[in-house]
Amino acid sequence: MGFGLGSLSFIGLGLYNEKGISIYGLERAKEADEVLLEGYTNMLPGLKIASLEKLLGKKVRVVDRKYLEDGKEILSSASKKDIALLVAGDPFVATTHVDLRMRAVKQGIPVEVVNAPSIISVAPGAVGLQNYKFGRSCTITFPMPYSDVPYDTLKLNRAAGLHTLFFLDLRTEEKHFMSVGEGIRLLMVMEHRRGEGIINKDLLLIGVARAGGPEQFVKAGRAQDLLSVDFGDPPHAIIVPGRLHFMEAEALVLFAGADKELVERNL
Amino acid sequence: MPKYKQTEEIIKLMSNKLNVRNIGTLAHVDHGKTTLSDSLLAGAGLISQKIAAQALALDYVEIEQLRQMTVKAANVSLLHERNGQSYVINLVDTPGHVDFTGHVTRSLRVMDGGVCVVDSVEGIMTQTETVLRQGMDEKVRPLLYINKIDRLIKELRLSPQEVQDRLLKIIRDFNGLIESYADPEFKEKWKVNPNKGQVAFGSALHKWGFTLPIIAAKGMKFSDIIDAYNKGDIESLQKEFQLDVAILDMVVDHIPNPVDAQKYRIPKIWKGDINSTLGQAMINCDENGPLVICVNKVIVDPHAGPVTTGRVFSGTVHEGENIYGLMAKTEGRIQQVSLYMGPYREITPSMSAGNIVALLGLENIRAGETLVRPPDRASMSPFEKMKYISDPVVTMAIEPKFSRDLPRLIDALHKMAIEDPTLSVKINQETGEYLIAGMGSLHLEIALWDLQQRTGGIEITTTPPIVVYRESLTKALGPFEGKSPNKHNRLYVTVEPLNEQTIQLIQQGTIHEDMDTKERAKILREQAGWETDAARGIWAIDSYINVLVDATKGLQYMREIKDTLVQAFRLDVGEGPLAREPIRGMLVKITDATVHEDPAHRGPAQLMPAIRDAIFQGFLTASPILLEPIMKLDMKVPQDFLGGVTRIVAGKRGRVVSMDQVEQTMHLMAEIPVSETFDMSDQLRSATAGKAFWGTEFARWSSVPSSLFAETIRKIRERKGLSPEPPKPEEFMSM
Repeated sequence: MGFGLGSLSFIGLGLYNEKGISIYGLERAKEADEVLLEGYTNMLPGLKIASLEKLLGKKVRVVDRKYLEDGKEILSSASKKDIALLVAGDPFVATTHVDLRMRAVKQGIPVEVVNAPSIISVAPGAVGLQNYKFGRSCTITFPMPYSDVPYDTLKLNRAAGLHTLFFLDLRTEEKHFMSVGEGIRLLMVMEHRRGEGIINKDLLLIGVARAGGPEQFVKAGRAQDLLSVDFGDPPHAIIVPGRLHFMEAEALVLFAGADKELVERNL
Repeated sequence: MPKYKQTEEIIKLMSNKLNVRNIGTLAHVDHGKTTLSDSLLAGAGLISQKIAAQALALDYVEIEQLRQMTVKAANVSLLHERNGQSYVINLVDTPGHVDFTGHVTRSLRVMDGGVCVVDSVEGIMTQTETVLRQGMDEKVRPLLYINKIDRLIKELRLSPQEVQDRLLKIIRDFNGLIESYADPEFKEKWKVNPNKGQVAFGSALHKWGFTLPIIAAKGMKFSDIIDAYNKGDIESLQKEFQLDVAILDMVVDHIPNPVDAQKYRIPKIWKGDINSTLGQAMINCDENGPLVICVNKVIVDPHAGPVTTGRVFSGTVHEGENIYGLMAKTEGRIQQVSLYMGPYREITPSMSAGNIVALLGLENIRAGETLVRPPDRASMSPFEKMKYISDPVVTMAIEPKFSRDLPRLIDALHKMAIEDPTLSVKINQETGEYLIAGMGSLHLEIALWDLQQRTGGIEITTTPPIVVYRESLTKALGPFEGKSPNKHNRLYVTVEPLNEQTIQLIQQGTIHEDMDTKERAKILREQAGWETDAARGIWAIDSYINVLVDATKGLQYMREIKDTLVQAFRLDVGEGPLAREPIRGMLVKITDATVHEDPAHRGPAQLMPAIRDAIFQGFLTASPILLEPIMKLDMKVPQDFLGGVTRIVAGKRGRVVSMDQVEQTMHLMAEIPVSETFDMSDQLRSATAGKAFWGTEFARWSSVPSSLFAETIRKIRERKGLSPEPPKPEEFMSM
């Protein structure tokens, strides 16, 4: 790409393993002078570096948050060489790498983005909810410091009858992942603190684990009941449905094992 | 054993508040207060008179005996007969060395009167003045005991008239200090008059002493005593004029009982609402009121665990009850109630208001704590935060020679830090070294000795003592921008030096972090010229004396990020950018902030670097300076040796502050940077042929001269393994 001046390609890997990369993305990565893998904003349950390197036919360097946030080294390389940065999910769904892309553009480095599936689109589809009925999404973070933003987000979305997708905190550097149960418990702590009646033990929720791969597991049920369900390995997410369309209600029963009566209360 | 009989008697008497006195000694180091305490103990029949002068029963630790200096305060209850009545005297021993001022302040809080011990030869010295001033700050009534009278007679060979003149001068000086430092209502009341028996004279070493009414009652004159001493008739002096009788008579007659004392002392030493139930109970020293105990000391007994000592200001404490610590915010069960008889503790089922008590079974309680019953925890305000006059200024790294000794070392250091809050023990996270910091090189020397005793002499290696510096700034600048590493959050701060009034208010503990916001704002506005908005926006007051203010208005998410920013602020001021020494005297105001709405993008890993960059950029731009600790040297030296001393002072970047001639002796006051004082004692001793007396104490922080600024920073940075040059402001600016 370019005129031997170097370039920076952000290439999505999707949600499961190295095979989530598009054919175009694969070509771009193979052509690149250097391939980097961003390993901290998300994690792919089926990814093995060795398989990825075999697929690309070259070494892959895993880079951490410091490296990318600082950005000096990667931008300097990308001004001379073609750099491919492999990113879990879809590169710009999370806001994390926007700064790097803006700095590249400002420095005149050609930037290309190769998209892939994201949890934003995969999770609703997995449980049969309709994408245009989702409100704001938000991360439930590990406490200390506490944040009430998830509570406020849910409150706003529910008032408008919209679904809410919660990402669950993922600290790959510390190997610390939030489970569906932990997320529900934190929502209940927020309810205890705020007391505005947004969350109760009978609230219909959907737990989503390892979305977008062969080990995907989803389960809809009452908050109380999901607390004790083992969703297995990370990553996890939680969806709190708003008012359900009758097709959505039926899908929840079929795809996510929801109790029919419970779902009908949310119609 | 008479001891047991006495204990029973004392316990019975302790409930008769009018016959209780709580006192302590106030003195310059080496002026003889430990020997005095022992004479008092001997009089109470606890140990035989003969060994009293050597036994130094109040000194628990051997080093204190060796140094003839009481390092740690202890409490002891004594019995005294006067005019056919029995009195209980609770004697709080206080350290004389100014390196340990923290101990002194805590001791003062629990005593109503103090016997100020002054060496007749040396007279009143700076440390005496310091302790006396602190005593009067806490409304402790001082009485005077002039010690070592024998030296005037034997060493200086003064005539009886000269002796009397010398003593009168000390009394005049003493009353002069009361005139200067006592509250107006006590200026006249507290001056001492020897004719009224408010001054005792004697020799604690030889165990004799008297007041003028005592010798008058025997139909003798002052000169008769001097004659007797000159004739070498010490034995009859000891018999006729027991020192403990003289002192304790004086205490019983002139120190108020706890009922009278608490009436005027509580409003001074306790900042809560006087009209509340708790306030009234303390004012009235009500043994049936709610329980309030102020802890002055915690020692760790190798068998019994922590022993918590304090004064019962109200109520009665019983064995087995639960008690709540307001500072520790925890509850604990009292396993044993006891009182001190010298180094011995005697168990008692309960102890009532107005007395000093020792409690067993309480973990997590530190000196300075306020103890109440759990139901009173919300309504009781703690005793004011302890006022520390000194900061730790010298530090050293310490490690065991053999790593198998590490657990013992850690255990001992942990106990020492509990017992001596002025000794700070830290772990260097990078090197794993243990760092101990104290008030002076002598303080650390004693701590090391203590450590050896506690660990049974494990071999340790230490680095040479290192002076602690402070970083500060001289300009008010900003706002400066700090961005989070992901660039989704921006914070803006201004930095400026805190004014001197604010630094004083924080240092004295008048304002602190845990107090009512409005009350704090009022004090800052009236006494330090703060604007109301800024004063009300205070988020944090750091122990190195820095303040963080939220000056934003109605910004989203500020409440959620407050804890992270406060935590970051504390870390940042703990290690400034110049040389990773603590910052002192900086005011940081957050003026604006734009933060990401999703909490995942504004966690501590994002916000802590953001505020650090903003603060350090500002700090480095605002003409930073380095502060070094300055020590005050107070010396009495024969005139012939003065030249040698002033040369040493001058050679150490020191400055003579004042020089007065008292007969053939020069009284010299000087200020010297602590960094220059490590070999000073030896130099002074050889320059004066050992004929000088001196004391040192922390004076203040002072800017390192600009000629030494860069070099000092380079040395500190190299010692810490940092690049020799401090960072530039641009390095904290992100693109």
